[in-house]
Amino acid sequence: MGFFDVTSKVLKSIAYPSEMVPSIDTEDDGHHHFDHETEHSGAKLGMWLFLATELLLFGGLFAAYAIYRAKYPDMFQHGSQSLNVVLGTVNTVILIFSSLTVAIAVKAIQENRIKLVKIMLWITIICAAIFAVNKYFEYSYKFNLGIFPGTDIFYSIYFAATGVHMLHVFIGMAVLGVLLRKVYKGKYSKDNYTAIEIGGLYWHLVDLIWIYLFPLLYLVG
Amino acid sequence: MSQEQEKNYLENGEGFASWFFTVDHKRIGIMYLWAIGVFFIIAAIASFLVRFEHLTPGQTIMTAHTYNVLFTLHGSMMVFLFIVPGVAASFGNFLIPLMIGAKDVIFPKLNLYSFWLYLLGAAVFMIALAAPADTGWTFYTPYSIESGANVILITFGIFILGFSSILTGINFIVTMHKLRAPGMTWDRLPLFCWAAYATSLLQVLATPVVGITLLLLIGERFFGLGFFDPARGGDPVLFQHFFWFYSHPAVYIMILPAMGIISEVIPVFSRKPIFGYKAIAYASLAIALISFLVWGHHMFVSGQSKLINVIFSVITYAVAVPTAIKVFNWLWTLYKGSIELSTAMLYSLAFIFLFTIGGLTGLFLGALAADVHLHDTYFVVAHMHYVMIGGTVFGFFAALHFWYPKMWGRMFDEFKAKIAFVLIFIGFNVIFFPQFILGTLGMPRRYFNYAPEFQSLHQLSTYGTWIGAAGFILMLWTLMRPLPGKAPGNPYRSLSLEWSMDSPPGTFNFDEIPTITEPVYNYGTKIEEES
Repeated sequence: MGFFDVTSKVLKSIAYPSEMVPSIDTEDDGHHHFDHETEHSGAKLGMWLFLATELLLFGGLFAAYAIYRAKYPDMFQHGSQSLNVVLGTVNTVILIFSSLTVAIAVKAIQENRIKLVKIMLWITIICAAIFAVNKYFEYSYKFNLGIFPGTDIFYSIYFAATGVHMLHVFIGMAVLGVLLRKVYKGKYSKDNYTAIEIGGLYWHLVDLIWIYLFPLLYLVG
Repeated sequence: MSQEQEKNYLENGEGFASWFFTVDHKRIGIMYLWAIGVFFIIAAIASFLVRFEHLTPGQTIMTAHTYNVLFTLHGSMMVFLFIVPGVAASFGNFLIPLMIGAKDVIFPKLNLYSFWLYLLGAAVFMIALAAPADTGWTFYTPYSIESGANVILITFGIFILGFSSILTGINFIVTMHKLRAPGMTWDRLPLFCWAAYATSLLQVLATPVVGITLLLLIGERFFGLGFFDPARGGDPVLFQHFFWFYSHPAVYIMILPAMGIISEVIPVFSRKPIFGYKAIAYASLAIALISFLVWGHHMFVSGQSKLINVIFSVITYAVAVPTAIKVFNWLWTLYKGSIELSTAMLYSLAFIFLFTIGGLTGLFLGALAADVHLHDTYFVVAHMHYVMIGGTVFGFFAALHFWYPKMWGRMFDEFKAKIAFVLIFIGFNVIFFPQFILGTLGMPRRYFNYAPEFQSLHQLSTYGTWIGAAGFILMLWTLMRPLPGKAPGNPYRSLSLEWSMDSPPGTFNFDEIPTITEPVYNYGTKIEEES
């Protein structure tokens, strides 16, 4: 195998990781050695473990929040009052709603209602996009006022926590986008919906983190 | 067990791509082994030069800045590129599916991605060497914020490595939950797998915290977040808390797999069932659990509250209990056994001896009053290396020799390997035992210069590196030149599942998933004679 073959294989595997060869989806490669049920429950267990790591990642930010809020209560009260509660509330509602739609998508694929799955995944992705746009306005409003990460500890935590969360929103959108593309290709059915279920789990986590961030940052004023 | 005509995993496919794109857990394990081996050698050369510098006080061969760079390179490369992924990713990948009776790990593709992430992280780490960090491997603030070195890039590399570590951990945990062969109950699981399970739990639960810590450090340098900067109302001690919340459990990520290796080697060469199987298995989990609660013992002199110091000190003593349980169980396994001093066994016995020294000196440091005197001295350096080299690296070498026939399908020259062992053992002790004394006398760690009265002990320590290096080169030489002829499937009459097949194993490990009917450590019992 020459240099260019290897290079193209690397590029292809980066662009389409799920279609990379050799693949566990191929029945005869021998490493696909367990039944469907094991694969399904294994994938779910793996995802839950991954979600635990995500909680611990944010755990560091929450710990920093707790310490500095105890140390500088006035700064946190003042900072929190300066945030836009209306936009924050709207974003909270949007994310909770998108959690509902992704849950419906998981239920729908189990019943083989492919069209409903497509609609629900589309709505979820659009909700995520609206969330991102709102966040963009919030950030740029703050920047215009001359408030940046590092202005004080409260804003550092605000930008760090919502920024890392925003990153997760984008990753979630990418995951859901890949799932949607595969739904259009007809890859999923009621016998094969593990990917949608664990993708949904990830999206619930994105929602859950925000449900904690919102009151801690916006409502403590 | 596998058919004669089936190709073994080493022959199945040739060329770069057949390795780089493989999902075979054995090949991935071998690739990890090569990668960590290369980084081990680079980092070892750095430490060799650092020791050489200490032949005389003041400048010997390098400037103070080069010295700072080299010990940072040595520490961070050994920790993040060799010892954390080390045994778990290489031998864990190779052995876990074989030991539990599975054809692969549960997510073979994810396994390959983990390896690629490891390479990517290592590459970023290496690029950062263009402006190499001089902060020490701990990246303590405030210096890591002020240093002119490429701290952002090196910490980002470590962040990626952490991702790889997390994904490997998840893969192993789920594999051991879902893919154990029929009859391979939890209380029949080989102790290496128990140790790997506890390690994986730590990888999954501790690594994200260092992830966010390093992200915040990057944010600190990039945006001036201020969390760790007293001038902006932050607290540098918070960085230490975050850092050690990961890095203390990480110590057990490093040592637990080696303990698993020792638990496998000792019963085979004692021809006795392992003593206290359940105690050893649960001790792994207990160590994993307690290790999350002791991080503050790295910070006794950082100004944290006295009450917290006392609590951390007591819990630190508690972690010695499950560790001692393991040591006593290994000793009891040896007791009245029919001991065969193979190379792997020699490394395992040395492990018990050296690890006990390392562990007991750890208690000196866990005691509050003693730690005030010994903190940040060579005593800590010696303690840490007795645990990490005397423990983990000796365990790693034991594994290299023990599973050599299984991995490569060849045998090696035991006699030469034993000479190498003797050199390494002597060299190691000559390097690090004087450092206990140096530390007690007050020689601080990471200092470029030292007082003239320390010179003889420093020189002794440096001579040790020459003996150790000679031993290591002889070991590599021996292992690189296997004896002619094919290795038998089970040269040690082991009862463990990985020895029940050809050496090296076929690509798919088992033609048929075996059914397990008895414990794996029945050496010298009636069941063994019958089988």
